[in-house]
Amino acid sequence: MSFLASVREGAKGFAWFMRGVMGEDAYDKYRAHHESLDEAHEHSIHDPAAVACDRPVMMTEREFWRDQTDRQDVNPQGRCC
Amino acid sequence: MGTKPRTPHDSPKRGEELDRDPLLLPVALDQTTHDAEEAHWTPAKIVLWGAISLLGGLSWVMLAVVRGETVNAIWFVFAAVCTYLIGYRFYSNYIQKHLLRPDDRRATPAEYKADGKDFAATDRRVLFGHHFAAIAGAGPLVGPVLAAQMGYLPGTIWIIVGVVFAGAVQDYLVLFFSMRRGGRSLGQMARDELGKVGGTAALIATLAIMVIIVAILALVVVNALADSPWGVFSVSMTIPIALFMGVYLRFFRPGRVTEISVIGFVLLLAAIIGGGMIADTEWGSTFFAIDPLPLAIGIIVYGFVAAILPVWLLLAPRDYLSTFMKIGTIGMLALAIIVVRPEISAPATSEFVNGGGPVVSGTLFPFLFVTIACGALSGFHALIASGTTPKLIEKERQTRFIGYGGMLMESFVAIMALVAALSIDRGIYFAMNSSPALTGGTVEGAVTFVNSLGLTGVNLTPEMLTETAKNVGEETIVSRTGGAPTLSVGLANIMQQVAGGSGMMAFWYHFAIMFEALFILTAVDAGTRVARFMLQDSLGNFFPKFKNTSWRLGAWVTTGIMVAAWGAVLVMGVTDPLGGINTLFPLFGIANQLLAAIALAVCLAIVAKRGLFTYLWVVALPLTFAAVVTIYASFLKIFSSVPNVGYFAQNRAFSKALDEGLTSFGTAKTVEAMEAVVRNTMVQGILSILFVVLAMIVMVTAAQATWKSYQTHSFGTNEDDAVASQMFAPSGFVATPEEKKLASRWDAQIAQAKLDKARKTPRR
Repeated sequence: MSFLASVREGAKGFAWFMRGVMGEDAYDKYRAHHESLDEAHEHSIHDPAAVACDRPVMMTEREFWRDQTDRQDVNPQGRCC
Repeated sequence: MGTKPRTPHDSPKRGEELDRDPLLLPVALDQTTHDAEEAHWTPAKIVLWGAISLLGGLSWVMLAVVRGETVNAIWFVFAAVCTYLIGYRFYSNYIQKHLLRPDDRRATPAEYKADGKDFAATDRRVLFGHHFAAIAGAGPLVGPVLAAQMGYLPGTIWIIVGVVFAGAVQDYLVLFFSMRRGGRSLGQMARDELGKVGGTAALIATLAIMVIIVAILALVVVNALADSPWGVFSVSMTIPIALFMGVYLRFFRPGRVTEISVIGFVLLLAAIIGGGMIADTEWGSTFFAIDPLPLAIGIIVYGFVAAILPVWLLLAPRDYLSTFMKIGTIGMLALAIIVVRPEISAPATSEFVNGGGPVVSGTLFPFLFVTIACGALSGFHALIASGTTPKLIEKERQTRFIGYGGMLMESFVAIMALVAALSIDRGIYFAMNSSPALTGGTVEGAVTFVNSLGLTGVNLTPEMLTETAKNVGEETIVSRTGGAPTLSVGLANIMQQVAGGSGMMAFWYHFAIMFEALFILTAVDAGTRVARFMLQDSLGNFFPKFKNTSWRLGAWVTTGIMVAAWGAVLVMGVTDPLGGINTLFPLFGIANQLLAAIALAVCLAIVAKRGLFTYLWVVALPLTFAAVVTIYASFLKIFSSVPNVGYFAQNRAFSKALDEGLTSFGTAKTVEAMEAVVRNTMVQGILSILFVVLAMIVMVTAAQATWKSYQTHSFGTNEDDAVASQMFAPSGFVATPEEKKLASRWDAQIAQAKLDKARKTPRR
């Protein structure tokens, strides 16, 4: 790998790390989770109607972020000293 | 959550349901592969670990044995890092192998309870960052500064050795046990393992301890900001900045967390620079110079409002800002210490190891061990390790890297704070950290007092104090107690050598004050919220209406109670004629260590229930130490006849003086001040008794539970049922060769599945 390419890799890795630590990837994770539910649903041999009822509707990005802070309202996370 | 009542005999199913179809990719490496990798010592590995051991040993010799004029800060860094590496590689591995025995075939809560929100598998390196940001705050920055009074060596040994055998062990164990219980909280685990009495005592103790911790953190902020127009302006600007960030994220660009954090950070820098300009103006220096008491009341009002405002408006954005600053500044400080390598001229052990120090009263044992809590052993972490983190962990084996490793990282922060505090002149250190009762709050008074201590190599001049105050842009630095200002001076001193020179010292000083205040304010209102929910939950047992957390009035009442509780302690500290932080800080440390003792006691009972008596010492060792230290320290605080050490001795001395009709006694110059001392010492004494009694109840019930398991050999568990995992991820920061092999097979499979899916579903 050339020097420039490895610098680019490093910067990309750092950006990925910061994004994760800041929690910016929360919606991506949420969407990935829902898509995996959809997939499992496609493959499922269960009664499709029952499974569909069980599955919450996927929120839009805006709804998700609202919901995230609203959930924290009733489920506070401690911060240490 | 899944708190099914179970008898100890009713252990969850496990075994064959974890066996995986051999045609599928394995979700875990088997134990023999792990063992083989571990036992495989290549020459390169031997050389590497030999070098680490040698460097670590050499560093400890430089710190503990060689007595030169000065010692270079780099030896602290090497001693710490090498010891951490050895502790992590060998001791935490021992705990993993024998005590916890993680099984990667089992799904973690993030997998079997996955909801994409609270339970979501998170990359181990990212989660390490999350966990670290949640556990590390102002605590590891403040305690070591105060303990520097005893010399550099005792604090260094306790921080480094303590974390390896106590702090990191506690965090690792609590994280693992909570993960095995679907992310249950420490309070719930205490109830499950210790029964009603122990569980209730643990709950009340936790609540009381949170109150005292929040109060003393707030006191640190008040002490740092009082009569500092620059500091008050820049720190209060964090509120509008956070509000702006909150609105931005809510209405304009939801989810752009890094973007808004960068904007917020730039605004923060502007607030620091602007603070300097405003403090220079006539009106600014009068308007923002606030006395301690009004400032304390301001923080109390702020604490109440912040805790009832919606999270999105203030708490969440400030948390982003605080995380961003935490990672940035701690990285920066580490780099700066390595680049600058300051010389430390403080003695290894000071004149005050046998007591009599002006910063922390009492002897080295036990008071050093309660002064430095965070960084060596911090009970508060048990609340975090049984909160969010266990719900996000991908694989069981990762608990070692995140729990044990995360705490090592915090310990390193404590070492850096210690180095920063030690790097400033000792005379200045004592002038800053002796209470105004001793220095009179004036330069002349401080010089006379410090020089009268008879410290070797200390010759403080008034110019040194005024010069330093001028450099950091403050009116005075005399009696700036609480640790934060001292750390900031040290940090400014180190940073100006890297960037900006002495002209930048004022900026760096206020930058440091700002980030400490930011961490503390976040901890204050998050702590108030958590405490409020705990109180609502407990009150709900008597008045069911309180269980409904969306009941507005109930929320306000409980928030008010919690704020009033810590507010009262804060006001007491601020108005205390004896100097406030110096008398209250031991209570902070004792409270935090008692919480650690409670957490370790719960872990002890769990380990015993698993039937692992051979390895019980791993938990018993730190538990015994924490118990001895805290009970002994509490004992001294309650029964000591030395007024500076014992709360009740002080109380009696002042009561007697009042009875004799004296109008001034010791450092209290008026009758009101004397009455305040009588009141404060009584409250502090009662709190000490309360904490130690509650913690002893928990420890006794844990010992009973342990003994019962030993005698009856009835082993059981309150763990959730084992569910087979369907995924694989490496366990440490760097994947081992075998892990890499397996991970790449998984990557290939996932890529193949995507490809297949793309082929199957033609573009619509």
